[in-house]
Amino acid sequence: MSMPNTIAEPIESKLDFEHYKRKERIKSWAKGMLFLLPSIILFTVFLFYPLVRTIYLSFFLTNAAGETTVFVGWENFARMFNSPIFMQSMKSTFLFVLYTVPLTIIISLFLALLANEKLRGIGIFRTIYSSTMGISVAAASVFWLYLFHPSIGFLNMIVTGLGFERIGWLTDPTWALIAVAITTIWMNLGFTFLILLGGLQSIDGYLYESADIDGAGYFYKLKNITIPMLSPTLFFVVTVTIINAFQTFGQIDILTQGGPQNTTNLIVYSIYREAFVNYQFGSASAQAVVLFIIILIMTIIQFKLGERKVHYQ
Amino acid sequence: MGHVELVDLSKSYDKQKSVLDGINLTIEEGEFFVLVGPSGSGKSTLLRMIAGLEEITGGTLKINNETVNHLPPKDRNLSMVFQNYALYPHLNVEQNILFGLRAKKVSKQEQQERLMEAVEMMGLGEYLKRKPRELSGGQRQRVALARSIVSQAPLCLMDEPLSNLDAKLRAHMRIEIRRLQKRLGLTMVYVTHDQVEAMTMGDRIMVLNDGKIQQVGKPIHLYNEPANLFVASFIGSPKMNLGNAVFVEESKELVIENALSIKNNSAYLENIKRTEKLKIGIRAEHIFPATSETATHHLEVVNVEQLGNETIVAFDIGAELWTAKWAGQWSVQVGERVPVKIDMDYLCFFNAKTGDLIRPAHFSKEKEVAAI
Ligand SMILES: Nc1ncnc2c1ncn2[C@@H]1O[C@H](COP(=O)(O)OP(=O)(O)OP(=O)(O)O)[C@@H](O)[C@H]1O
Ligand SMILES: [Mg+2]
Repeated sequence: MSMPNTIAEPIESKLDFEHYKRKERIKSWAKGMLFLLPSIILFTVFLFYPLVRTIYLSFFLTNAAGETTVFVGWENFARMFNSPIFMQSMKSTFLFVLYTVPLTIIISLFLALLANEKLRGIGIFRTIYSSTMGISVAAASVFWLYLFHPSIGFLNMIVTGLGFERIGWLTDPTWALIAVAITTIWMNLGFTFLILLGGLQSIDGYLYESADIDGAGYFYKLKNITIPMLSPTLFFVVTVTIINAFQTFGQIDILTQGGPQNTTNLIVYSIYREAFVNYQFGSASAQAVVLFIIILIMTIIQFKLGERKVHYQ
Repeated sequence: MGHVELVDLSKSYDKQKSVLDGINLTIEEGEFFVLVGPSGSGKSTLLRMIAGLEEITGGTLKINNETVNHLPPKDRNLSMVFQNYALYPHLNVEQNILFGLRAKKVSKQEQQERLMEAVEMMGLGEYLKRKPRELSGGQRQRVALARSIVSQAPLCLMDEPLSNLDAKLRAHMRIEIRRLQKRLGLTMVYVTHDQVEAMTMGDRIMVLNDGKIQQVGKPIHLYNEPANLFVASFIGSPKMNLGNAVFVEESKELVIENALSIKNNSAYLENIKRTEKLKIGIRAEHIFPATSETATHHLEVVNVEQLGNETIVAFDIGAELWTAKWAGQWSVQVGERVPVKIDMDYLCFFNAKTGDLIRPAHFSKEKEVAAI
């Protein structure tokens, strides 16, 4: 007679339990959504919608106001890849990434290693090295514009002082991209330096003490402790620097406006010109989509490679 | 010839209160030297100064008769086990152990030989390919030990190397380390909190408190003749029973904590100044169980701990809690009054004000005389 009771009870409580769990889940989901809502709204308005809109536009021709006129399918893309100007722009962009990214990383790593030493007055150097972070693109570009000035620029004064011919930094097709790259490296140094220094400081000092006792030299420690321990930070910095390099715009606009002979017409600047100078919103969107895909692929490759090489604690 | 010599060594961080002060010490070649002291007494600091990881504020440090104050760690030819292991998190066990040998460009074959030996000794065979984060605390500690062993440096510094191991493994490691040290003739400076480790492993022990040396000597010597109250209460487990004491001339008795009086039947106490404030100490194993005939006192039991092979019985003596350690299993109940025998000969006398030893227990003197 007590049997039904003993059986019924657990089932009932189990049902209750399930119900309770489901309610908890819904509640926690709702709470999560509530917290995410601001980001979701912002992302939707400023990112997802423009992204979808750009892809949509890339299949159309538009009028000067940006309204779609004719659906052309893949024609925008086809025309783009046949255009020597666009190909030049792609080439410049990749060259630019190649010039800026490794140098930025190497120089800022070097500075960070220096600034990580325990020396008197090192705080001053840390401040100086990271100071470019606080300078806007416009200010930095104008500053470099003066340095690059063909006759009164400081750089050419050095060059002529050393007995060489003046260089048309921003007007000579062989030099313009390099000049912009130098400016960009200089501007990126502050941020990269600061992140790397932070990474270096978070490495446990005991590891170096242990290595010191083992008799490891400076470069052995650098190769076997510092770099591996810094790899997550390095990875982050490389990713960000690459993406930044692909998206360079401000310094081009101020220094060269894409010239001379389109050698500094990097892809974002090219998109800008196509859209807001030539009013070809369709083909500008197609370029933007290509840029998006390039960055996406680069990032995926990096993460795939990074997974193997990067040591996460 | 001393291997490591510390002459008036001192250390202070940022010119504040000194962490170590007036350390004079010679550690002989091939000696197993144990450093004990409470937390924060400066043991690790001293070790790190010998290793060259910590600036020496004052005094000189000599290794092999050469002043090494200015030498970087790698030129001091030593190995070290860190209190927090300091394993490389991105390297696996094997790479961790071989890190130093690779840095010193030891031949591949030699590396493998030393690796195998250390791995076998530490029982790490299964874990060679694991990263430190995939190991338990005890396993990590053994990797740290293995790393210092493979370096085969003549001077080895260990900072609580066995603190995270279980009792069985610890007993095993104690023997292994001691054997290795003997075999290779290493000079060992060994920091520990563990009484048993200190007593069983050390050729000599140094007790450190508040950055000052309290006593240096053979384990038994420290146990029998602690130089002061600190050493008395620090060395030995359970700790030495202590209590304030006064001589009462009229009855020729010694009264301890106003609770316990012992007949002064010992002639050798003659020259202890009767006016001085005294503190006495007696080891737990010297409060003997007795029958009602032989008993000098009857004490009320406040706690009993059965350890299987021995029994620890606790009594309230005035404000102090005293413990007695009796061999075998005794069935005593809390609240019971048990007969015990406390003999004047087993008392150590200390100056209550300075804490210094006035006179050690008589029996230890007798034995030493007998030994000579
Ligand atoms: N870098 C430092 N700066 C200032 N004070 C320090 C520093 N390192 C240690 N100390 C102080 O020095 C004293 C001795 O520290 P130490 O690490 O040598 O103690 P310990 O005897 O090894 O203790 P434990 O047994 O807990 O390991 C402590 O009071 C500690 O606070
Ligand atoms: Mg310590």
